[in-house]
Amino acid sequence: MKKYWVVFRIALSERLVYRADFFISTFLRFIPIITTILLWKAIFDGSGKAQVGGLAYSQMVSYYLLVMVVRAFGSMPRLATGISTDIRDGELRKYLLQPIDYLTYLVTLRIAHKLVYIVMAAGPYSIVFWLCRDYMPGWPSGVNAVLSVVTLVLALCLGFGINALIGLMGFWFLEVASFIHVFMTAQYFLSGHMFPLGLLPDGVQQWVLLLPFAYETYYPTMIMLQRLETGEALRVIAVQFVWVCVLFVAGRVAWNRGLRRYAAFGG
Amino acid sequence: MAAISVRQLKKVYKVHQKGQGLTGSIKSLFRRQYKHVQAVDGVSFEVEEGEMVGFLGPNGAGKTTTLKILSGLIYPTEGEVQVLGFIPSRRDNAYRRQFALLMGQKNQLWWDLPAVESFRLHKEIYSIEDAKFERVQGELTELLDVRDLLHQPVRELSLGERMKMELIAALLHSPSILFLDEPTIGLDVVAQTSIRKCLREYNERRKVTILLTSHYMQDIESLCERVLVINDGKLIHDGLLADILDRLAGYKVLTLRFQNGRMPEELTQRADVVEVRPPQVTLRLPKSTAAKEASRLLARYDISDLSVEDPPIEEVIAQMFRARDGMAESVVRTRDLS
Repeated sequence: MKKYWVVFRIALSERLVYRADFFISTFLRFIPIITTILLWKAIFDGSGKAQVGGLAYSQMVSYYLLVMVVRAFGSMPRLATGISTDIRDGELRKYLLQPIDYLTYLVTLRIAHKLVYIVMAAGPYSIVFWLCRDYMPGWPSGVNAVLSVVTLVLALCLGFGINALIGLMGFWFLEVASFIHVFMTAQYFLSGHMFPLGLLPDGVQQWVLLLPFAYETYYPTMIMLQRLETGEALRVIAVQFVWVCVLFVAGRVAWNRGLRRYAAFGG
Repeated sequence: MAAISVRQLKKVYKVHQKGQGLTGSIKSLFRRQYKHVQAVDGVSFEVEEGEMVGFLGPNGAGKTTTLKILSGLIYPTEGEVQVLGFIPSRRDNAYRRQFALLMGQKNQLWWDLPAVESFRLHKEIYSIEDAKFERVQGELTELLDVRDLLHQPVRELSLGERMKMELIAALLHSPSILFLDEPTIGLDVVAQTSIRKCLREYNERRKVTILLTSHYMQDIESLCERVLVINDGKLIHDGLLADILDRLAGYKVLTLRFQNGRMPEELTQRADVVEVRPPQVTLRLPKSTAAKEASRLLARYDISDLSVEDPPIEEVIAQMFRARDGMAESVVRTRDLS
């Protein structure tokens, strides 16, 4: 597996080429949240309630801040589009010619990219979190810290699994760009990125929470927000793990089938 | 045993047909219509170890399809293909270690990193030993004269330099078979020559088997003795390049440029005129008399420039196809002249 280790190292150095504008763009990512937070302030003030959807105002603010952390692990920008364009434009070819596995290669690249991002973003994130310290829950307990790390890593795997599977649709459909766009919007909504899923009416909520998307963002954020009992947190992690396994198997099957089709159609 | 053996190879693509305009698009949503395209139609050939064979044919003739089948990217519809005893479509890692496919219009190197980083990656992907890697990389960078460029990001290299790096990447794992699809496309003459030289030397040194397609006659002429000519998926010639050239290109293309742009009328009216574009006239002359005729014209008219060239390969090949299709007019004419 030494070859994937080298892929990893080279990907690291490639990422570092682009560090120049990195610092500023990390801060810019927080700007949309300010609008959201102001909106929630208005909602809380207007309703006169102390809690909305089971969360107090300060928890709502920290929810959005922690979502940013979870997304830093779980979001897979351009993964699905990347795979589908590799398939469509024949870039896939080069991986098929070499003794290397495309999906393992992509996982390795992503981990390297994520690592660089997380290390570089740690500074700006700490500054923002320090500025918002009044809204944040206290320091996590040891157990909570461990659970948070595990759920974040699983969020990363889950994000990869879902997005890779969508990208592999490119084997069957020539133009998946618009589909991916619709999917991303749905994911934004269903994962709890847009708002805490606790706000959904019960009838809808129980179904949405069954989908893997909730385990991408909503549940990991709730764990970090220290809103889940340890037992419930462990259940979340177990379900995350099962979804990861299911998606990886599905991804493999899609890959093998797709490749057969690709080879029959044109390469 | 032959390094490459292809028997009765057929490939049919199922191509999705879409009607014109919006109505067509909507219709095709409900009922997809497919057209079957026969890209390769019963091709058989063998290539011996260490041979360099040129693969010629017009666009869409089936050259690239055949190369893709040989490298295991697509499955054959019918027929048998074996390369070094492997069946390419199984894509065994052991087979993938033994060949390289270089496509002139595709790149394999990492865009933002120096080529040397991509080479290191190749080293690991192909599990090349350190000493061997150093040796081969040294040898190739020497041969292509790119030692100083190894540490420059690939995006800053010229097209020719990049292509040389691509070639090095393709050869690093010392493949015993090399498939080259238009390796010199778009390159300037100097880079073309240098790549050809590298391929020739490499072939001599390593006895690597090379199958090459190119649009440039010079590529084929300087590298390959034997050529396969394919048209409409069918192999129409398997033999020496010299045979085709003698048989079909028994003429030279002579271009005359006149002083002051005054062109003698009797010259532009000749039967063997190919093109008149003042102040230039292009003639097609039989090989045997081309030199004599050129000097006669030089003596007689006020000519400022004269060039004698071989006909472009596309034209030669096109003639060959016309001959096969029974529309042998132009070939017959060439033969009459020679």
